[in-house]
Amino acid sequence: MPNFVLLLHQSPKMLSNASPEEIQTILAKYGAWREELVKANKMRAGIKLGNDGGRHLRLNGGKVAVTDGPYSESQEVLGGLFMIEATDYDEAVRIAQTGPHLVGGNWIEVRSVDRVHP
Amino acid sequence: MVPRLTRILGAQRLALAEDAVQFAMLQALELWPYDGVPEYPSAWLSRVAYNRALDVLRSDRKLRYFEDEKESEIRKKIDELQSANERGLAGFSQEVADEKLALIFTCCHPVLPRAASVALTLKVVCGFGVAEIARAFLATEVSISQRLVRAKKLIREQGIRCEVPSPAQLPERLDAVLEVLYLLFTEGYAASSGDSLIKNDLCEEAIRLGESLAENSAMAQPEVHALLALMLFQAARLPARTDEFGDLLLLAEQDRSLWDRAMIHRGLLHLESAAAGEKLSTYHLQAEVAAIHANTDEFTSTNWEQILALYDLLAEKQPTPVVLTNRAVAVAQVHGPVEGLAALAMIPSDEQLTRYPFLHSAEGEFHRRLGHFDDAARCFNLALECARTEPERRFIQKKLAGLGAESIAMHKGKSAPQ
Repeated sequence: MPNFVLLLHQSPKMLSNASPEEIQTILAKYGAWREELVKANKMRAGIKLGNDGGRHLRLNGGKVAVTDGPYSESQEVLGGLFMIEATDYDEAVRIAQTGPHLVGGNWIEVRSVDRVHP
Repeated sequence: MVPRLTRILGAQRLALAEDAVQFAMLQALELWPYDGVPEYPSAWLSRVAYNRALDVLRSDRKLRYFEDEKESEIRKKIDELQSANERGLAGFSQEVADEKLALIFTCCHPVLPRAASVALTLKVVCGFGVAEIARAFLATEVSISQRLVRAKKLIREQGIRCEVPSPAQLPERLDAVLEVLYLLFTEGYAASSGDSLIKNDLCEEAIRLGESLAENSAMAQPEVHALLALMLFQAARLPARTDEFGDLLLLAEQDRSLWDRAMIHRGLLHLESAAAGEKLSTYHLQAEVAAIHANTDEFTSTNWEQILALYDLLAEKQPTPVVLTNRAVAVAQVHGPVEGLAALAMIPSDEQLTRYPFLHSAEGEFHRRLGHFDDAARCFNLALECARTEPERRFIQKKLAGLGAESIAMHKGKSAPQ
């Protein structure tokens, strides 16, 4: 079965004022979502990206320019990604929808992973 | 987690404990979805929270000249607990319960304004967010935040410690806790407009906190059981209290089959435990009244003589407008509306009283029963003026409308040819 990558884009500073109770609820939802995927043997990887903004490298006038990426406090950033196994886009989209990520300005990018055929 | 961390850091650093826990929770929120929930989630959270607290303490120290020996003591305690956590030994239920109690006593210290204690307990012990608390009290988030900040400041200034009070201090401290719990409960129970889900939450929390007290043998004084019984009896009525339009139903109108029997049963058990000892608190008396209602299948078979006897005792101990008005209602049920009016007239009039809607609507009701429709209308209109919420207003307006109909009917009868 093909693989799909779910790129989780995060809106700035969401949930920092959530109460411990609210956070517990959300954690439980993520936990349940993940578990279902693991049980169905569809979870291939989960990678959390740092909030430090990272680095951007571009060619500028023939030289490589390195800048700091945006901080998650003020701009939308890529928070992390999952790689899952699914039959097709429809299933991958369905899986992405059932997770708790889609709140506020958060959005999810679903991309198919190309296979390299010998 | 906040109770344990506050215990270690001291009540003076309650804000730090909260922040450290919040930090840990947010970390979990970021990482666990991707990495999965760790094998020992509480140990993970505690470790992050403790380390965060340590980091803040260390950087704080750089700004000061002298070493606070308390701090190295704190650091030692944190290290001990951390290794205990890792061995999976942390969180023996008794220890956890004791820490929670200590925190409850801290938040309900008599020196703090009661409203502040309610907000602080909800935030720090029950894990409510500022937004939720604001919604529950129909206040702004800013005002709740300020209330919390002032309360923590007072805790620091007064040197309040995060510990369970000694037997000598217990009576006074327990009184304060019970007051706060009942205030919390009535805030939830009162028919205010707003989120009814939150309101029920408040009642639940108050009962839960009460039960934490009752579970500890030193704390489980008769008054605690009495208050629990009272809250359970009242909470049992919540499912029957509003009609399909969200309007209030009086005790007389409620469908008693909707009352939560399991809660009533729990209440009766606590009432029994409350009977130990000789102290008869106001909670005992109120619980007894509530028990009578809870045990009566139909409003019409209510034993008002018994209720009146209890209110007589209650009025001696706590002659507040609320109690005296309720007593007058009982008087009217037993001796008739004329006596009811007399009982109301005995209540010393003062500023607070004129703004108490229930008193005016009770008076209006007595006049109505006696056919004094003008007087009744006057009273209900007074009640309307000081009604605080939509459901209260609608309720009084219904009474006024009913008056109109009755008055017309009576005049029709009167003006019929002799």
